[in-house]
Amino acid sequence: MMSDLVAQGANLEPLTWTLPHAVAGTMVLSLNAYVLLAGADFGGGVWDMFAVGREREEQRAIIEDAIGPIWEANHVWLILVVVLLFTCFPRAFAHLATELHVPITLLLVGIVLRGSAFTFRKYDSHRDAVQLRWGRIFSIASFVTPMLLGLCLGTVASGRVGFGRNRANLTFGERFVEPWLTSPFGWAVALLTLSLFAFLAATYLTVEAEHSSLSRDFRRRALQSQFGFLAAVGVTMWMAQASAPTLHAGLTSGVLAVLMLSATGAAIVVAVFSLATERYRMARFAAAAQATFVLWGWAWSQFPFLIPPDGRIDALAASPAMLKLNLITLAIGTVILLPGFAYLFWIFKRKDVISSPEREQ
Amino acid sequence: MNDLLFARSQMAMSLGFHIIFAVIGIGMPALMVIAEWRWLRTGNAVLLDLARRWSRGTSIMFAVGAVSGTVLSFELGLLWPGFMEYAGGIIGMPFSLEGLAFFTEAIFLGIYLFAWDRISPRAHLFAGILVAVSGALSGAFVVCANAWMNGPAGFSVIDGVVTDVQPMVAMFNPAAGVEVVHMTFAAFAATGFAVAGVHAFALLKRTSNKEFHRAALQIALVVGVPAAMLQPISGDWSARVVGRLQPVKLAAMEGHMRTGPAALVIGGWPDTDQLEMRGAIEIPGAISLLMKGDRSASIPGLDAVSPDDRPPVPIVHIAFQTMVACGIVLSLIGIWTIVRALLRRRGRGKPLPDDRWFLRAIITAAPLGFVAIEAGWTVTEVGRQPWIIQGFMRTADAVTPMPGLWISFALFTALYIGLAIAVIFLLRRQIARTVVT
Ligand code: HDD
Ligand code: HEM
Ligand code: HEM
Repeated sequence: MMSDLVAQGANLEPLTWTLPHAVAGTMVLSLNAYVLLAGADFGGGVWDMFAVGREREEQRAIIEDAIGPIWEANHVWLILVVVLLFTCFPRAFAHLATELHVPITLLLVGIVLRGSAFTFRKYDSHRDAVQLRWGRIFSIASFVTPMLLGLCLGTVASGRVGFGRNRANLTFGERFVEPWLTSPFGWAVALLTLSLFAFLAATYLTVEAEHSSLSRDFRRRALQSQFGFLAAVGVTMWMAQASAPTLHAGLTSGVLAVLMLSATGAAIVVAVFSLATERYRMARFAAAAQATFVLWGWAWSQFPFLIPPDGRIDALAASPAMLKLNLITLAIGTVILLPGFAYLFWIFKRKDVISSPEREQ
Repeated sequence: MNDLLFARSQMAMSLGFHIIFAVIGIGMPALMVIAEWRWLRTGNAVLLDLARRWSRGTSIMFAVGAVSGTVLSFELGLLWPGFMEYAGGIIGMPFSLEGLAFFTEAIFLGIYLFAWDRISPRAHLFAGILVAVSGALSGAFVVCANAWMNGPAGFSVIDGVVTDVQPMVAMFNPAAGVEVVHMTFAAFAATGFAVAGVHAFALLKRTSNKEFHRAALQIALVVGVPAAMLQPISGDWSARVVGRLQPVKLAAMEGHMRTGPAALVIGGWPDTDQLEMRGAIEIPGAISLLMKGDRSASIPGLDAVSPDDRPPVPIVHIAFQTMVACGIVLSLIGIWTIVRALLRRRGRGKPLPDDRWFLRAIITAAPLGFVAIEAGWTVTEVGRQPWIIQGFMRTADAVTPMPGLWISFALFTALYIGLAIAVIFLLRRQIARTVVT
């Protein structure tokens, strides 16, 4: 039954699950965690930039308290994706790091500035000018980094950096700049990522700020960014039709794709509804579901390719011994670390604590 | 400069930057945990204050360690795609395990730094212990990966194709054990002495908060001194392994130009054209004695390989001598520390805050551990040149085809300089508060 469904998916070939696919799935899972956790941290930085009005300082404080203890742990999910990529798909890693050298470098600068400015702000003088300077770096980096992340993923998905082209005779611009800079689809995904992260953050923050007037502010922002997100989805689909037809087909045809689309749609509706009616906890859940469906929809649409149009997951994989050991390690690690994660979030996201954020120095 | 040189410089700069924060990330949790543990045992509030202040400074270092480490994991591909394509599937295990260690570290670090008042003291101490252990483990794992570049193992090459990959054999390669031991001691020695220097400075300035800085100095020395004193022994072991796996590197380190009995060469400038050492003090046969137990045993010199296969000897030789000099000074101060502690037990000598010469010595020694670490990594990495994987792949074949790397080098240089200035400024702020109060 399942395989029937799957066979009707994007690529109309029967799927045999192999070790490389399991690892690729694990990578998407890890990326999923990164989007839900670190994505919201980035979004928090975006809202830090737009913190205005009389309650500006309270808004900033709540954002800082929400991110402070957990951002390092959230950030590790990205490291895990990268590590899995270079240990299990070394050729893919080498290829992407070469062809997307420029945007990845910019992405790194963004990650460095975001993490360090956030921490520096906390420990530097609390005079306004100083705080403002770090705050500005923090929020600009939070704004730009998700876009670069989306741009890189979108460029890959659009099939512009596949293995097929003969690259040796291209000029610098043709090879290292054009594929991503002139990818309309890539930029659409960039906007989509940014608005999604901003939406996640605002929705989570309505819960963090529950029972205070701030939750209203964040509710308004959540709705605004949700509409931004919907617009970005529209643009992305439209672009996909023109510049990434296989992807577009993958997203829209086949039973699984339709299921995925309807699930996403349902999550979006629930999220908007529960925000409108101030059911913040439900909104948080729906927002996370929405992001998750979007991510898996993308992953599914480019299956069985790691790097469309010609880099197949199974063809790019390292030796089975390496894949097997990696999966075993991760399984053991999950068993050990999940309680740790639960403990971390339990300590810092408990209700009684949230309503009385205490601050260090 | 060509692109290869810029790529190497960028890698060296990134690693040289990251290693400082990584080492502090390994060493500081140990110090904080000891302070907190002693607070739980004695109830002395000064110790709790100490642990909290240390943790505040450390969280700045952790953030920079995390972001600079992230840069490194991408940089492996941005700069050395050829290397990663070849090696990623062989030496992946330590990197994945390192990922798990990072998770543990980051989770419990969040708890340790932010949950002082939210969980019981015992749970808090336990979180600290987990941070310390996972920090040391993540360092050990990544050093295993580096060791594999020096002593590749766990795969075969048939007609230029890598087959028969055994990830665990690659991870526990013949260079891994020594490197991990030496690096871990290095982290404790460097952090211990650097922290001791800060608190010795406060005591020398006759701070009003004597008890606080005295407790801090004692804990820092308890961590730093044993590690520093073990370092020459562990280093001797490292040198033997280098002699076995990378004889040319050893020759460059020792300035041993021509195959034959090897002298211990102190100072001097290697003339690589004539294959002679100029202006050095030599103790004939000493290296042969150390390595083989026989003063006249023959040791391969630089002339054993063609000039294309030799690393830049002056850099390696000077870096090695710098490290050993730092190691000797730190060990001597270690002996001094132990002797004066024993004398104090018998009621002789001055109490720590009044022993001004000792405090001055500690202050002078404060940077030496970090100098030795930078020098030691220069020996390891530059000494391996022109190979990126000893005997299998040349660095020139691993570099990215992307031109114009000077831009990326300039960008990261500016970024790291900015970060360094901010960190120094913020730490001074934290330390200045502690010194005056
Ligand atoms: C506090 C730091 C520190 C101190 C005091 C010393 N070292 Fe060291 N050394 C390191 C920190 C270090 C290091 C930075 O951690 C290295 C780089 C790679 C490694 O595994 O450790 C290193 C590498 C290294 C190597 C090269 C290993 C390789 O290329 O694979 C040798 C032979 C030595 N050391 C020997 C010594 C000796 C004989 C010392 C004696 C006095 C000494 N080290 C003190
Ligand atoms: C953290 C401590 C380390 C430091 C300070 C360090 C230092 C250096 C230096 C100085 C170079 C440049 C060599 C030259 O210019 O001739 C270099 C190169 C390199 N290192 Fe390391 N290294 C460290 C650890 C590692 C580890 C753990 C790895 C990988 C697993 C690694 C991988 C490389 C690579 C791929 C290069 C480029 C090729 C080369 O020039 O050798 N290094 N490193
Ligand atoms: C090629 C070399 C290296 C790579 C790719 C690398 C990668 C990383 C990454 C991605 C992080 C961030 C993890 C987080 O977010 O918490 C990190 C942090 C860390 N790294 Fe490295 N690293 C390298 C070299 C080293 C070396 C040689 C050591 C140690 C001896 C080391 C020790 C640490 C430690 C202890 C941390 C924890 C965070 C901190 O202490 O600030 N790393 N590294």
